[in-house]
Amino acid sequence: MPQGDEIVTLENVWLQFDGVPVLEDINLIIYQHDFLGIIGPNGGGKTTLLKVILGLLEPTWGTILVFGLPPARGRRYVGYVPQFSLFDREFPITVWEVVLMGRVGHMKRFTRYSDKDARLASDALETVEMLEFRDTQIGRLSGGQQQRVFIARALVTEPKLLLLDEPMASVDAPMQTELYELFERLRERMAIVMVSHDISAVSIYVDKMACLNRKLFYHGTKELVPEELEATYQCPINLIAHGVPHRVLREHD
Amino acid sequence: MIELFQYDFMRNALLAALLASIACGIIGVYVVVKRIVFISGGIAHAAFGGIGVGYYLGIEPLLGVVPFSIAAALSMGMVGRRTRIPEDTAIGILWAMGMALGVIFIGLTPGYAPDLFGYLFGSLLAVPTADLFLMLSLDGAIILIVLAYYHDFQAISFDEEYATALGLPSERLYLLLLCLIALTVVLLIRVVGVILVIALLTIPAALSKRFTRRLSGMMLMSSALCALFTTGGLWLSYAFDLPSGATIVLFSGSVFLLTSLVHRAR
Repeated sequence: MPQGDEIVTLENVWLQFDGVPVLEDINLIIYQHDFLGIIGPNGGGKTTLLKVILGLLEPTWGTILVFGLPPARGRRYVGYVPQFSLFDREFPITVWEVVLMGRVGHMKRFTRYSDKDARLASDALETVEMLEFRDTQIGRLSGGQQQRVFIARALVTEPKLLLLDEPMASVDAPMQTELYELFERLRERMAIVMVSHDISAVSIYVDKMACLNRKLFYHGTKELVPEELEATYQCPINLIAHGVPHRVLREHD
Repeated sequence: MIELFQYDFMRNALLAALLASIACGIIGVYVVVKRIVFISGGIAHAAFGGIGVGYYLGIEPLLGVVPFSIAAALSMGMVGRRTRIPEDTAIGILWAMGMALGVIFIGLTPGYAPDLFGYLFGSLLAVPTADLFLMLSLDGAIILIVLAYYHDFQAISFDEEYATALGLPSERLYLLLLCLIALTVVLLIRVVGVILVIALLTIPAALSKRFTRRLSGMMLMSSALCALFTTGGLWLSYAFDLPSGATIVLFSGSVFLLTSLVHRAR
């Protein structure tokens, strides 16, 4: 599969919180047609890396270009689905309003949402198969349904790159399969980067894999080097190649 | 009941309660859903400094509160966000400093401060007609700004970081929202006084949150509840000869607790 143009580049990116490094010397190129999985333990800097790409966090050193622009400007081409957030379940807002929220950066003062906004929102809800819930209050949905709505909210920005932070957290198994099928469809329209601590689930679907635990191990392929995986997870890991390549299991004691 | 309205002071009291309810219902919704009750309480108390400044300068104290409470709101917001001081610590410090400034300015003012008690705990029965015009224009400003920024405020209330990722200037919007809270405090001072303002910024909104699934609906309902609480409390205070501000707060608080109990019992 052709990988297309470079859309995001990180060069020698470091990020420290109070002198403690969270990201160390990250070099990463994301291409137009990538479906990249980034795995790593909790606290390994996965969410931080996504926030750096979105310009929500400033790197201590290093350069980042997002669609050839600084992240704060390039992020208008990036859709983001944050880690299953602890938002207020009682927040008075409907599914429809949550999805339209994705258009808020494109609006003028004193205007209502335009017909285009409404069309994009209804297309996005159709894509994630949640249109029938448009008038439901967001907190009344299940975890997997909420995740779909948040994906729809990212889609209405018409992104060329979709960043997914632990999209399978709080989603039950059957719904996970459906979500992956959704990502399979979406990847024809945009690059996707998914971060997760769950190696086995991710590895089946993505084309490329990277490991992140402060340092990023990435070779632009799906191959993971066992030593690097161990360095990432700091425990022995067995790679078992069956029909499904690179299902990765932790060694039992 | 009807004969009450023959008195100017009673008519002004009712008009003041209704004008305050408009702003209180709209802005209280943000205070509750964005979970910024503490900073709102801080702004309300720090506004007392403005009353002191008003006395000292010999101007109408409420006019002193407008710039002072906005300054307090902006400094709490910025110190909390941009320095390494934890936000709640910063709020606590500025809250007390604002009140202390008020006491100092009143101390510096020759003579004694008339109506001081009213600014602290409300004085619905002594609202001058000039104040009604001030309240009306503040309501107008608040409604206009909320109409212009409704979707932006909705986004930062739901998830501020995500709003930033969408390209919204979240911090500036947050500071603007704090300024609106400061203006609402000015409107509520006559009704319940700086010390009790936070009750009306939370109770009506928290009650209506249970029954609505849209912010706009929550605003309408909470304005209506606020009007009900203030006029109902005013009537109770008149009937039992009690201080109006405290009666309004206890009346609304009791309704809130009772409905919470009924809600749980179901």
